Amino acid sequence: MVTAKLRAGDLSRITDMAEVKGRSLWADARKRFLLNKAAVASLLVLMFITLFSLTGEAVAPWTNEEIDFNVIGSADTKGMPSLESGHYFGTDDLGRDLFARSAQGTRVSLMVGFVGTFIAVLVGTVYGAVSGYVGGRTDAIMMRIVDILSAIPYMFVLILLLVMFGRSMFMIFVGIGLLSWLGMARIVRGQTLSLKHKEYIEAARASGVSSWKIILRHILPNLLGVVVVYTTLLIPDMIMAESFISFLGLGVQEPLTSLGALIAEGSKSIVQGSLWQLYFPLAFFTVTLYAFYFVGDGLRDALDPKDR
Amino acid sequence: MTAPLLDVRDLRVSFKIRNDGDMPWTKHRELKALNGVNLTLNAGETLGIVGESGCGKSTLARALIQIVPASGKVLWQGQTDLLTLTPRQMLAYRSQVQMVFQDPLVSLNPRMSVGAIVAEPLRTHHPDLSQTQIKQRVQEMMERVGLLPNQINRYPHEFSGGQCQRIGIARALIVGPKLLICDEPVSALDVSIQAQVINLLAELQRDLGLAMIFIAHDLSVVKHISNRVMVLYLGRTMELAASKALFAHAAHPYTKALLSAVPIPDPAKERAKQMIPLEGDLPSPMSPPSGCVFRTRCSIAQNRCASEVPALLGTTHQVACHLVNTATSEPV
Amino acid sequence: MALLDVKDLGVTFATNDGTVTAVNGVSFSLERGETLGIVGESGSGKSQLSFAIMGLLAKNGRARGSVRFKGHEILNAAPSVINARRAVHISMVFQDPMTSLNPYMRVCDQMAEILTHHQGMSKADALKACVQMLDAVKIPDAKGRVRLYPHEFSGGMRQRVMIAMALLCRPDVLIADEPTTALDVTVQAQIMSLLRELQAEFGMATILITHDLGVIAGFCRDVMVLYGGQVMETAPVDPLFESPSHPYTRGLINAIPRVDTQGETLVTIPGTPPNMLRAPKGCPFAPRCAYAAEDCDDHIAPLTAFAPGRLRACNRSLKDLA
Repeated sequence: MVTAKLRAGDLSRITDMAEVKGRSLWADARKRFLLNKAAVASLLVLMFITLFSLTGEAVAPWTNEEIDFNVIGSADTKGMPSLESGHYFGTDDLGRDLFARSAQGTRVSLMVGFVGTFIAVLVGTVYGAVSGYVGGRTDAIMMRIVDILSAIPYMFVLILLLVMFGRSMFMIFVGIGLLSWLGMARIVRGQTLSLKHKEYIEAARASGVSSWKIILRHILPNLLGVVVVYTTLLIPDMIMAESFISFLGLGVQEPLTSLGALIAEGSKSIVQGSLWQLYFPLAFFTVTLYAFYFVGDGLRDALDPKDR
Repeated sequence: MTAPLLDVRDLRVSFKIRNDGDMPWTKHRELKALNGVNLTLNAGETLGIVGESGCGKSTLARALIQIVPASGKVLWQGQTDLLTLTPRQMLAYRSQVQMVFQDPLVSLNPRMSVGAIVAEPLRTHHPDLSQTQIKQRVQEMMERVGLLPNQINRYPHEFSGGQCQRIGIARALIVGPKLLICDEPVSALDVSIQAQVINLLAELQRDLGLAMIFIAHDLSVVKHISNRVMVLYLGRTMELAASKALFAHAAHPYTKALLSAVPIPDPAKERAKQMIPLEGDLPSPMSPPSGCVFRTRCSIAQNRCASEVPALLGTTHQVACHLVNTATSEPV
Repeated sequence: MALLDVKDLGVTFATNDGTVTAVNGVSFSLERGETLGIVGESGSGKSQLSFAIMGLLAKNGRARGSVRFKGHEILNAAPSVINARRAVHISMVFQDPMTSLNPYMRVCDQMAEILTHHQGMSKADALKACVQMLDAVKIPDAKGRVRLYPHEFSGGMRQRVMIAMALLCRPDVLIADEPTTALDVTVQAQIMSLLRELQAEFGMATILITHDLGVIAGFCRDVMVLYGGQVMETAPVDPLFESPSHPYTRGLINAIPRVDTQGETLVTIPGTPPNMLRAPKGCPFAPRCAYAAEDCDDHIAPLTAFAPGRLRACNRSLKDLA
């Protein structure tokens, strides 16, 4: 018979007393994310672009509304990017400083992206989690509502809203926010359905934890990974949608501008040869979108190491 | 004679099954997961429940803690029928009946620290406790189940399977239940860890005077911990007897088959063992066989078994089989 | 020349947290008709051992040592060589049949593919051979069932299908990795008796990998006990259960709940299986061993023979353990 006696001091060897602070799944994910060079570089790029959009106008010698009368009318010859004139990115046809306008446009585009996504996350997550957790008839009704709303052509509604109520930032937020949460709600509901039958949810129900607390304490934290990843992919979608509207000339109103509006203006300048008017906004646009996708990818790999 | 702690009468659970693509008005098909189960449990007693997957043993556990709806009677201490309570009234009883789950990793929320997991039932049932009181009780309980109290801030993925199961046990015991339901608590664990957890449960039961329902798919596991053992097959009780009696003289052909299927860690005995083979698979619970549900796989089934449902007969050693004399537990 | 000769096999994995040694210095050889049981708990490296032999290690895994099949080195051989050997000479049955069967293909197509691909059989002949093999693994109405999809079989039947697939090409070696762990005891008993019959009928060498000593007792001739990636003890099955020579084997045997004896409490092995990221320098079992002394943390005795067919790796002598 083997005697099952521990030698003195063995307990510490078995369980390693030194580390008492827990390493949560979040800490693990952060570590994995930081190891992903492309994602970290993209995050730095995004931080730089955000910084530029916030401080660019303060740094620029010209404001976005000031008209440089030296170049007006001959922007294609005199409005070149140059350090002496203070137009680092050149000017547009009206002689307005493109550096300041790019900063301002980037800010508007990012804002639309963030605000639209914020609404989507807030509404979509709660809606999807409740629908999935409650289940049954409630779930069926809530999801049919989502189906009906998704059947409405999104761009069409947005354009209609802007035409009917006038072009304004607020209307764009309303229009985008109104429908952008549908995809999020679907994804969150699907995840909730699979989480709902996990034994730790049953354990919480068995000990009498209220449904609301179960959603807050057990469902939402475990959804967060999916939500975060989907969010980083939704932001560029929102930016893209706003740019499209602006490209059509229905976006934000002058003197405000956005990257889409700037690209629209710049594309007209191709014939005159003042290509910088297209290249600078376009560069910000593509780099921003790329960076978001890379960060999203990095987050997915960091949060879901099993799937690789 | 005082009333038993738990008196379950004619417990039935059925699930409505819908096929994908059914129209909303299509009639549901019914799956009878539990078909009239009776059992009593006294304070401090352990009842083992054994059966193959699909026999309804997990459903029974979930019906008792009311996370699946059931019909019948579940009398608590001979007075309150738990099935008639409103969710609010039920809350008071939820601290009395707690459960330990099968898969230690899946039964712990991966985003919560061990301290938060163990404290959750305490916070629900004693909202008046202060943070320091909760922490103290959690650490005491962790020590009680063989975990180091200084690991309170760690997360489930930092523990091994056996330790996770200890966390699950701590969570179940922290509100001081009178009845602990263990749903296959060791089937996901390594052999050397299984023995640790079984011994821990037995020790806790003895010290705290718990009543316990211990569910397993394998007779060998329940043997070491149960006073009485109940054998389930397709939602019905086949045999219910004191543990010693059941292992010494199993009466029902299904119990005998289950016993003979357990591998014996002794080459000579294992080679010499008389196997009672179970032919084929478990019939679908959607359309169980008529009469005795076990007859399709029974080696001694007769015509009578197809037409008449055998009643669970006997006093201390109960058997549901036409071919067993319930007075002597011997074949007729 | 042995049929399968494994020498000093080691498996390491490169992970973000450092190198993990899953298997360390495992050697054994196998002849036709022999049955070897490999027992170990989770983390003992028993599955990685079989993956290494089959050339199925994950991308970050590296195998060293030598695995010779009929004298040919197959460890780390070119994929084309491995692929040819994998189906023809060495087959494997996995723990979870559902994940190793393609859910979108009929069973007959999956099985026939093996034969048409590896042996150039015609489709009709292959189908006939498949039905024969399904009959051999005792699937009732094999002819009708061969057209079903995997999910239409029960767990036990699916495992029979897996065994039939593994035997289709009449392998010389069959590796069964926890073939009954996901099944009920009654189904486990069916599958094990089936494997016993097939083993006698086809005469292949079989490696049974399991955590369950009970399953080993009824099936294997020789047993190898793994712990922390290292061999603790090798012995023919009878003496192993009669007089286990290693503290770990003793603990493992005593920890099994039994239906055939009257013992009351189970004897346990304290502690938890080792975390292979921080593998101990000496004997992996030392932290849980009742007989361990200071030297066990430092080194482990090499596997040495002490009786015919029996080897043990333990710093304590048999007398110390008495």
